[in-house]
Amino acid sequence: MRRISGAVLPVLVVVGVIVAIWYASAIGMNRAWTLDVAARQGITLTRAEIWADAMVQDRPRLPAPHQVLAELWATTAGEPAFRERRGTLTGNPRSLFFHAYQTLAPTLLGFVIGGMAGMALAIAIVHNRAMDMSVMPWAIASQTIPILAVAPIVIVVLNAVGLTGLVPKSLISAYLSFFPVVVGMVKGLRSPGAMDMDLLRTYSASAAQTLWKLRFPASLPFLFASLKVAVAAALVGTIVAELPTGARFGLGARLLTGSYYGQTIQIWSALFMAAICAAALVAVLGLIERATLRRMGLGA
Amino acid sequence: MRAARGMARRVPAWRVPVGPGVVIGGLVLAFLLDWRLVLMLAVWLGAWGLNAGLARGAAGGSAGAVTGARVAVPVIFGLTLLGLWELAVRLYEVSPVILPAPSAIAVAFAANTGTLWADFVQTILRGALPGYAIGCGAAVLVALAVDRSRFLQRGVMPVGSFLAALPIVGTAPILVMWFGFGPASKAAVVVAMVFFPMLVNAVAGLRASDAMQRDLMHTYAASGWQELVKLRLPNALPFVFNGLKICTTLALIGAIVAEFFGSPTVGMGFRIKIEVGRLAMDMVWAEIAVAALAGSAFYGLMALAERGLTFWHPSQRARMR
Repeated sequence: MRRISGAVLPVLVVVGVIVAIWYASAIGMNRAWTLDVAARQGITLTRAEIWADAMVQDRPRLPAPHQVLAELWATTAGEPAFRERRGTLTGNPRSLFFHAYQTLAPTLLGFVIGGMAGMALAIAIVHNRAMDMSVMPWAIASQTIPILAVAPIVIVVLNAVGLTGLVPKSLISAYLSFFPVVVGMVKGLRSPGAMDMDLLRTYSASAAQTLWKLRFPASLPFLFASLKVAVAAALVGTIVAELPTGARFGLGARLLTGSYYGQTIQIWSALFMAAICAAALVAVLGLIERATLRRMGLGA
Repeated sequence: MRAARGMARRVPAWRVPVGPGVVIGGLVLAFLLDWRLVLMLAVWLGAWGLNAGLARGAAGGSAGAVTGARVAVPVIFGLTLLGLWELAVRLYEVSPVILPAPSAIAVAFAANTGTLWADFVQTILRGALPGYAIGCGAAVLVALAVDRSRFLQRGVMPVGSFLAALPIVGTAPILVMWFGFGPASKAAVVVAMVFFPMLVNAVAGLRASDAMQRDLMHTYAASGWQELVKLRLPNALPFVFNGLKICTTLALIGAIVAEFFGSPTVGMGFRIKIEVGRLAMDMVWAEIAVAALAGSAFYGLMALAERGLTFWHPSQRARMR
């Protein structure tokens, strides 16, 4: 009990400070609009009235946290995720769950593709010297390239080729989750010490046996660490991929329409939903990691 | 029995498919399907053979041969990819609207150096760099403040790593709304993006000194300030540089993506958006090349500074050996 309070209390305090700063900034940024309206109507407001008005504007410069939470609640619990249209049941674009699904589906598909390809490439790199020397420098260099910034172009090009829907977005996610997995997995596959490798050599184990019985299990902690980075990157990739392509559904599209129409509350609720999705994805991977490592006898 | 089976499989499984018979068979099959494939496969296999030979030669060679191969092999690989790209575009007559050839991109690059330079100045020097400096500087200062109290450390670390994993780039439309279309909003997006990854690294770094070292400082009767300057800060540098290197890429991404939401008529993100609309893909790819070069150079600078300042760290010493 003491340990829990020791871990949770500092976090709560920090979160509390952030929320307090947020409220203070909301008042600071929104009061100009309140004063402007009041001046035009020729009335003077007390400080308390200004503060109260800064909390409830329709299009505030910075929505107060409770406004964002209310919008989140209204667009998730307050809206059905599906609606009937022309006799068929389709997703309800008023529901934030629907948009989250539109973003999560390509994210997960891309994550799976990128993760698999990354693991395959890492295995090839570990087993082939020429592969290692040719690909690894480029894999590391590619991390320094802001590819995410040009992701929308890839979408436009793929749309021109005729690929639409799920696939282009998931290709961006796959690309972004690919390299962290390659780099982490190579490190992990190389992590067994010389003693362990020598032992398998005395057993005259084949390369495949060494891979399966020593290298792969040894690489799992590294793999999970990079998978967590990769899944967060994949989500960011999908959201950015949705931005300038005029996507109609998805969290990125929600951000974009919000910015076009000045719907700040909508932007912030989409941001929160994205944050919740990212946290959920990382948390699920963390759970799988803990279960796997515990089963291998590595976990605490 | 087990040993005998192992002996029989001495040829590793992965080496079998590149045997000459399979290669020739594959080439014949490719020829029957499409003669253009043969040309590309031949180029690929030729370069691959060269690289495999170089790698194998370097394994038994002198130190100079190893260094030479370390440079030559990736260069050959990169050039091969570029060559295959060029070949594929030419042989299959891919429309330049979809994928321009590298040569066309190089021509566009050379013809528009003035525009590209103006975009580079606007986006990188005016947007990304100030934001990077402010964001990283503020994060280090906050980390120093947080480091004073164990309570704050335990609170800031989980919240900071949570926020660092979030899609912060999504705040770009909001910050553009607040700070206008100029470089200030780009710098603001960059600050928001780099702050938390940097904070987490700096806080972890300041905690990196171990109890023995702190005890030693204590026996020297070092003041808090001396302990910070002579022990904690140098110990934090490897972590700080790790954060600085991660943030270089984030800074460029933030500055470019923010321009998609609104910018003056200059800047890399602006140019990419406009040229996509005009279907001038060679120019788009030239901008991408600029972004890649700038990102790699920025990262390289940080890596060089790291090597100069943390030469004592095991990870650096291992590389020099």
